[in-house]
Amino acid sequence: MPPKVKPKPVDTQLFARYRPLPGVPDELADASGAMRPAWRRFITHMSALTPVEVSAAFARGERHLADSGVFFRKYGDKTGAGRDWPFSPVPVILPDTEWRHIEAGLIQRADLMEAVVADLYGANRLVSDGHLPASLIAQNPEWLRPMVGVTPRSGHFLHFLAFEIGRGPDGGWWVLSDRTDAPSGAGFALENRVAASRVFPDLYRDANVHRLAGFFRSFRDALDQMRIDPASRLGILTPGPLTDTYYEQAYIARYLGLTLLEGGDLIVQDGRLQVRTVRGLAPVDVLWRRMDGVWSDPLELREDSQLGTPGLMSVLRQGRVTMVNALGVGVLETQALMAFLPKICRVLMGKPLLMPNVATWWCGQNAELAHVRAHAKRMMIGPAMATRMPFESGAVHAIGGELRGANDADLHDWLTDNAGDLVGKELVTLSTTPVYKGDALVPRPMTLRVFLARTSEGWQVMPGGFARIGSSPDTTAISMRNGGSVADVWIVGDKPVEPVTMLTARSTPFVRVQPGPLPSRAADNLFWLGRYIERTEGLLRLVRAYNSRLVKAASEPLLDVVRQRLKAYQIDATEAFPTGLVETLGSAVYSASQIRDRFSVDGWAALKDMETSMNRIALKAEPGSDAALVMSVMLRKIAGFSGLVHENMYRAAGWQFLTIGRSMERAAMMTDLLAAVADPKSPDGGLDLAIEVGDSIMIHRQRYAVLTNRENVVDLLALDPSNPRSVRFHLGIMGKWVEVLYGTRPEDQTRRFERKVAALQDAFKAHTVYTLDTPALMKAHWQILDLSTVLNATFIL
Amino acid sequence: MIYDITLRITYDYANAAVGGRHVVCLRPLNLPGVQRVISAGLTIDPAGEEWLERMDFFANHVAEFSFRGPHKSMTVMLKATIERAAQIPSPALSVPMPDLAGLLWRTRDMAPRSPLHFISASTRVPMDADMTAFAAGLVQPGMTAAMVIRAVGRALHRRMKFDSKATTVDTSAAEAFAKRRGVCQDFSHIMIACLRGVGIPAGYVSGFLRTLPPPGKPRLEGADAMHAWVRAWAGPDMGWIEFDPTNDMDSGTDHVVVAYGRDYSDVVPIKGTMRMSGRQKSHQAVDMIPMTEAVRRT
Repeated sequence: MPPKVKPKPVDTQLFARYRPLPGVPDELADASGAMRPAWRRFITHMSALTPVEVSAAFARGERHLADSGVFFRKYGDKTGAGRDWPFSPVPVILPDTEWRHIEAGLIQRADLMEAVVADLYGANRLVSDGHLPASLIAQNPEWLRPMVGVTPRSGHFLHFLAFEIGRGPDGGWWVLSDRTDAPSGAGFALENRVAASRVFPDLYRDANVHRLAGFFRSFRDALDQMRIDPASRLGILTPGPLTDTYYEQAYIARYLGLTLLEGGDLIVQDGRLQVRTVRGLAPVDVLWRRMDGVWSDPLELREDSQLGTPGLMSVLRQGRVTMVNALGVGVLETQALMAFLPKICRVLMGKPLLMPNVATWWCGQNAELAHVRAHAKRMMIGPAMATRMPFESGAVHAIGGELRGANDADLHDWLTDNAGDLVGKELVTLSTTPVYKGDALVPRPMTLRVFLARTSEGWQVMPGGFARIGSSPDTTAISMRNGGSVADVWIVGDKPVEPVTMLTARSTPFVRVQPGPLPSRAADNLFWLGRYIERTEGLLRLVRAYNSRLVKAASEPLLDVVRQRLKAYQIDATEAFPTGLVETLGSAVYSASQIRDRFSVDGWAALKDMETSMNRIALKAEPGSDAALVMSVMLRKIAGFSGLVHENMYRAAGWQFLTIGRSMERAAMMTDLLAAVADPKSPDGGLDLAIEVGDSIMIHRQRYAVLTNRENVVDLLALDPSNPRSVRFHLGIMGKWVEVLYGTRPEDQTRRFERKVAALQDAFKAHTVYTLDTPALMKAHWQILDLSTVLNATFIL
Repeated sequence: MIYDITLRITYDYANAAVGGRHVVCLRPLNLPGVQRVISAGLTIDPAGEEWLERMDFFANHVAEFSFRGPHKSMTVMLKATIERAAQIPSPALSVPMPDLAGLLWRTRDMAPRSPLHFISASTRVPMDADMTAFAAGLVQPGMTAAMVIRAVGRALHRRMKFDSKATTVDTSAAEAFAKRRGVCQDFSHIMIACLRGVGIPAGYVSGFLRTLPPPGKPRLEGADAMHAWVRAWAGPDMGWIEFDPTNDMDSGTDHVVVAYGRDYSDVVPIKGTMRMSGRQKSHQAVDMIPMTEAVRRT
């Protein structure tokens, strides 16, 4: 008989049920099966939670990640919606005593990497002395010839590195992969940390977990110290929104207060690297490069690059910018290099590697080729020059003696024919770490990504990082390619840790920091976001008016006028929910996606939500009253988004561009509509339609009873300075913000945009309902559209 | 032979280009014993800013400059006086083909002239099975590298037709080879791919060709614009030899070298980026005229 009372949870019952894999090292249980001491506090905490409490805690982490908009993508998966690397809330826990050994090993490796790359672009002794085969360098696409002979201004090629490490069967740590060119993931580590601290708030506070903020602060300080011109800025160079890790780059840019820059934001002028901003050029002295080196400069590197900045190589060569990291360091990621590093370490550092890397054999040498051939079953074999593991490179490779990606080819023939281009790597097995599955902990293989930054006190290792965890119990390193999850890494000590934050304690009086000048590309995107949002709204109103008139059997001539107006915007009114509308909103979403770092998380979520609803609705709506109803729902969503922007967006140049965009679009659409429906020759019912589309039925009714005539409609929708739907109202808004924008740009003498807006404002002030006839409306319409070109020429180009 | 060389390259833009940054590689090389630069001057119109001259990795002379304002056209002009001798025939012998791979394997030289840079695929010369097979079919037992180099160059000259309409500057070597047509750039890229395919290091030479032939000699193809030919490695003793597949000859006193590279991408005469809309037209004019003794004395 089971006892009637609920058993008091044993403090470590979760561990008692944990079954590590036989013969595989485990992070939670040691070789004898006992719990590793670093985990005791965590296991005790978890064991005390009921399954319901566990779900609630995990949900807090999920919610945080969903809200912050961070997501990962699986290798090569382009369809991936949401996070394909789900967050595993159970952290990997390591004692700081063990971590110190890892740190020492990786710091030595970082120094070794610096020495190797300095030699490869300098004296080239490693090759001439026979420690590295010349062909591995001379034929390496990552060895960038323009960098040969260049000494970076900072004296170092490397400033920020990542290493992928794993624990081997003997319990020791191995380096699996070197990430030197543009290492990603530091932002994910930070995000995972925030998520984990939301899942286990009390535990995290009390568990002596080393904090990450100190590492980021030191890195940020180091970037700052490399600046020569104090007026210059720090930037992150991103390949743009299509990159897998764009969201991470935007996140870390916000966190560190760096400007997120694309190649096109930058220009080399006066021998310096500069950002195009709405206030003119602003120098950049230090650039954290998250773009692969070969794409960075179409003039001297890959000529087909659309991402780079012409002249970047030149300013680097002239020592006018510090790049983190310098161009050309991707050569250190060459798979075959690992075969030679153990010996090179002894040659250059006089010591063996403190932390070994995965045993590697370059098949260009006869003895090594024979070894790989004989032991192919225990190896993965792939391209020697690749910068990724064989199974990640997409090229023909062999795993465990089985050739993949080549039809009917024989492994041995393949090895013989391509020996010099191939490398064999031992198939390592990894340690396991617990993940929570079905109310229990189960072991899964894992690797750690660890980050290093060069600071004024030498290399500093992030105390943590992020763990990638396999989805199945298969402990070979290759199982990672099937995806899995990510987890936070806790380095714990015996003593309480010092709290650190990114906010520095200042002894000087508080100074409000003003936002830096807005990059022109961001301004352009915000302007167009404003225009597209407004256009979406205007079109929704027009389509709604059309559909509701279908039911009332309105006059065919009027319907035809509306159809013509809509056609001008590529909208087919006969579709219940026109695809042209979905495309217009899509353009707004696209503009916003280009500037994620300047856009609030809530605003982005609202915009995406609108797009999702629209896509769903577009399939179902029926023409007529149903469609009209659906338009109303969408209009409320758009109003919600506008409210968010209005309430939450900081009133800096970015907001001004967005606002000018909205006002310009609204004024342009209204002049166009009035010219079409308020002309004396327009079909009946046009004036009522204008009042409806202009959302001014109530005010019109209050003022003029129910009767519409051309005079009161034109006055209300074009000339009334107090109606937020009138043309004059929006000319006023543009005039106001333009003045503010020019205030920041006193050197600009032409002020063409400002003068053009002012001229339009004067014209509308002088107009009466009698002078503002259809030709005058059309003229105003084109003048308003022309403002867009002038704005572009003044601030954007 | 001493030559006066005048090169003028003009770009006309339909709509004014705004700003821009360019790298030009036009100043001929000094090659001890073979080619001497007596004078060379580059001018840009409109005048560029941030003028910067340097040597690239392959020790070619390059100049960088930028434009700030709008401009409707750009002209780059080179005026040079160059003394040119024939290639010095090496007294050393080339190496037998079977020895080439081992020699290269033992090479540890990473200097710009090292053959190691010229072995494998480069931007505009990917390895190509068809071209490799073509070259392999010409290799006979007992041939040296130098013999193969000339045999491949000669065979290409015989099998390919010079046709300035068949290809553009961006046509791939494989496509031109499939058509068996092209200009000097295509001939050179194809020959490079062929030679690398059979293990001979080979690179691209950009330069000038004498405009009018010496009395009694036929006019050479490629003299009305910048020319290109091939440089290939015949072994450690013989070193590099230069062969012009478009004209089926070793380069000689009619050729003036501007730059060496792995392929055209390394030696593009003018490359640049600018912001512009609409079309651009470019025009190139070259004159390479021997200076007479009489003129030289004045």
